[in-house]
Amino acid sequence: MATIATKPKTYVGQSIRRREDPRLITGTATYVDDIQMPGMYYAAILRSPHAAANIRSIDIKGAQKVKGVLIVFTGKDTVDAGTVPCAASLPGLRVPHHTVLATERVYYVGHPVAVVVATDRYVARDAADLIEVDYDVRQAVADPEKALAPGAPAVHPQWPDNTAFTFHQEGGDVDKAFAEADVIVKERIVSQRLIPNPMETRGVVAEWRAAERSLNLYTSTQAPHLVRSLLAQILGLDENRLRVVAPEVGGGFGCKIDTYAEEILLAFVAMKIHKPVKWIETRRENFTCTIHGRGHVDYYELAAKRDGTITGIKLKIIQDLGAYLQLLTPAIPTLSVLMMPGLYRTKNIRADVVGAFTNCTATDAYRGAGRPEATHGIERMVDVLAAELKMDPVDVRLKNFVHNDEFPFPTATGLVYDSGDYAAPLKMALDLADYPGLRLQQEQARKEGRLMGIGMSTYGEICAFGPSPATPAGGWESATVKIEPSGKVTVLTGISPHGQGEETTFAQIAADELGVDIDDILVSHGDTSLVQYGIGTFGSRSTAVGGTALYFALQDLKVKMKKFGAVLLDTEDVTLANGRCTDNKTGKSVTVKQIAAASYRAMKLPPNTEPGLVSTHFWEPPNFTFPFGAHLVVTEVDRATGNIAIKRYIAVDDCGNILNPMIVEGQVHGGVAQGLGQALWEQAVYDDNGQLVTGEFTDYTMPRAHMMPFIEASHTVTPTPVNPLGVKGVGEAGTIGASPAVVNSVVDALSPLGVRHLDMPLTPEKIWKIVTNAAGRTA
Amino acid sequence: MTQSIHVTINGTAHTHDVEPRLLLIHYLREVVRLTGPHIGCETSLCGACTVEVNGKAIKSCTMFAVQADGASVTTIEGLATNGNLHKVQEAFWNQHGLQCGFCTPGMIMTVKQILARNPNPTDEEIRHGLEGNLCRCTGYQNIVGAVKAAAKAGA
Repeated sequence: MATIATKPKTYVGQSIRRREDPRLITGTATYVDDIQMPGMYYAAILRSPHAAANIRSIDIKGAQKVKGVLIVFTGKDTVDAGTVPCAASLPGLRVPHHTVLATERVYYVGHPVAVVVATDRYVARDAADLIEVDYDVRQAVADPEKALAPGAPAVHPQWPDNTAFTFHQEGGDVDKAFAEADVIVKERIVSQRLIPNPMETRGVVAEWRAAERSLNLYTSTQAPHLVRSLLAQILGLDENRLRVVAPEVGGGFGCKIDTYAEEILLAFVAMKIHKPVKWIETRRENFTCTIHGRGHVDYYELAAKRDGTITGIKLKIIQDLGAYLQLLTPAIPTLSVLMMPGLYRTKNIRADVVGAFTNCTATDAYRGAGRPEATHGIERMVDVLAAELKMDPVDVRLKNFVHNDEFPFPTATGLVYDSGDYAAPLKMALDLADYPGLRLQQEQARKEGRLMGIGMSTYGEICAFGPSPATPAGGWESATVKIEPSGKVTVLTGISPHGQGEETTFAQIAADELGVDIDDILVSHGDTSLVQYGIGTFGSRSTAVGGTALYFALQDLKVKMKKFGAVLLDTEDVTLANGRCTDNKTGKSVTVKQIAAASYRAMKLPPNTEPGLVSTHFWEPPNFTFPFGAHLVVTEVDRATGNIAIKRYIAVDDCGNILNPMIVEGQVHGGVAQGLGQALWEQAVYDDNGQLVTGEFTDYTMPRAHMMPFIEASHTVTPTPVNPLGVKGVGEAGTIGASPAVVNSVVDALSPLGVRHLDMPLTPEKIWKIVTNAAGRTA
Repeated sequence: MTQSIHVTINGTAHTHDVEPRLLLIHYLREVVRLTGPHIGCETSLCGACTVEVNGKAIKSCTMFAVQADGASVTTIEGLATNGNLHKVQEAFWNQHGLQCGFCTPGMIMTVKQILARNPNPTDEEIRHGLEGNLCRCTGYQNIVGAVKAAAKAGA
């Protein structure tokens, strides 16, 4: 991917090199663990090795005796520290009391039990090992379907059915659709539990300034203002005296939206010891104590006509919630329900969700958050239907897409799809792949006994969260633009990027709107003492919502700049363009720099105008955006090893207008890697005792460089009418499109062996067994 | 109990008394205060802590500081000279070979080693060379592109 290091005339639409990179490639960026404060202490957390147990007693004397240990806290010390928040609400939702340290009982492996505060991290860890906890181990349940079965051990004794909630949604006439169907196909489809694993684990530095009653909290988060509001509430602090900073954040993928027990705990500790204190999550802790994603068992039924027209969808989701409800835990499967029709026209849907407690880490938003599950389900079912009808899966999709003249398209689930040309990316992918040629190759391969597969997904997603009435917190976003007296421009955005590159894309927007050099612009974020209230970075919302807030702040500012320009030019008829304000009659002009200086010098103010050039805009989106696309994957299965080779990976995504093609493509690559990880390798495996057996990088197989195919990324462009930038969002697209395309491809490869469905991950062992058993049958 | 060590880091001599159990990564980050190398797993599986010891790329979370006694260590902070980026750094920037940046210092040190051993690697050799370093953001494609660009630039 060629980038632009020289300066173009306009910036939007160009692959501008990232402005955040110099600090990152030189090792001079400041992540939480890089923060050092004078007199800082380190916290180590002792965690439960059992998934379910009563705590008989805790003996901390051994730890207290260690030289360098300042203090040890257990659950009884922190009962007043508040509880870990869940912001999602559903009718009848059962929300467990989630204290920051366990009190009488532990509910999952990794449950925090005690915290040791010491002069350095080695001492803190040594001392934590000397705490003796007497556990009365109980029977755990780690599988959501087992948890819902009669007689299962109760995760929470007060709710013996292990059911946190049920949720029902229905549209159209499902019973009629199924009664009149020519064909009904059914499948059980699992979207396995995944572990987000950003390369930077979580970490917190807390500093209490007692005389000012103020708390500074540095935390690796995607939503610093949200953390501040929740912590103020939980700890009873004045929100304006609480400063939350997201410094450099090393990836999030959804798992850093939550406000966690450790953020509350570290604030509590700092306020007790009156010293700064740091906790950095170990990778092992990250595996068990930071939220997981997915964890669905889905039962699908599709009703269709003989010609492939889908007439109805029934879906039962069993959501593995884990033991506790984190910030958005119960809301995630409801997002799956919203997107269950995918890109297809059917108005007859019925969904039932059961949220099951298990003795596991909580699930919550992981890249895609409910939409990958929905897309995986519907895209698998379309292929199952195509196989049943002996139709080409391309034709089934084309037959059912929402038509171009139907937008805005109201769905059966209550959404309004904004804009689309759903066949366009599919057709482009088919062209790029030479689909007819591929099918001929496949025919030949099959004659030779080779297992070649061609699979696709045509995904839709809901992004740009979102209209406030439809989101658990406000869904708007904010921006402030300040032109300083020197003419330099500061942008303060309420989003909190951590790899997505908005320091660059937002500078591109501002440079073009103001007509100034991009080097004159600084984009800042992530510090609640610096930036006006914002919502944060998640749900592919940053550019579509935060970028739009910036756009409107810039428009407001331009109005004011024109007024000052007119005063300077002693006229009323001016145009602001290309960084100059020009007198339309005389052609005389002044620069942004001159306007800025005059606005602060304030020798002569325009009528009814304040000095200075500062503008803040809070933008409330009128709708979500709905990106879409098509991924096409060619695979070949090795009969001898069960290994799957990805021969081609074609991704055609439509995320609306593209501000920086390099960054958009990077988002697609990374998203595909995570979707491919789910399809082929990744899985959080708990044993029957609730032990996480894939709790390290040795066992939890994230994609490495040699495992990844080359991704051929292309785009169609269908702007959204929802925002003036026409952008839809792209952060999650790759992840959502990837898993069904890969699985459909492998199922296609194995279809001569009678395979109709496979659950992820498609490990060589699983595939080898299928191939070998099939060979045994035919031998 | 501590032990005295002498280590040359990015060309500067350092002498410190350290505990024998102190990991090299913690020594670099917390004693010498070079926080460019990162800790991603503490088990030598992710490569975020990769530095050069006597010209060889090593994962500094699986080496004790005392084992580096007498050695010459280069960290990411030591790559740019007189304000000029190393060609590998420049290539990562130009090719969008990073997103969150957390794995990047280790990646860049590994790439420097890959190219030192093989100045013109194939895609397959590059991907094989990167096996020990995890990145969760990029899908590796632009990192591979960065390695090729750096090789072309003669890094």
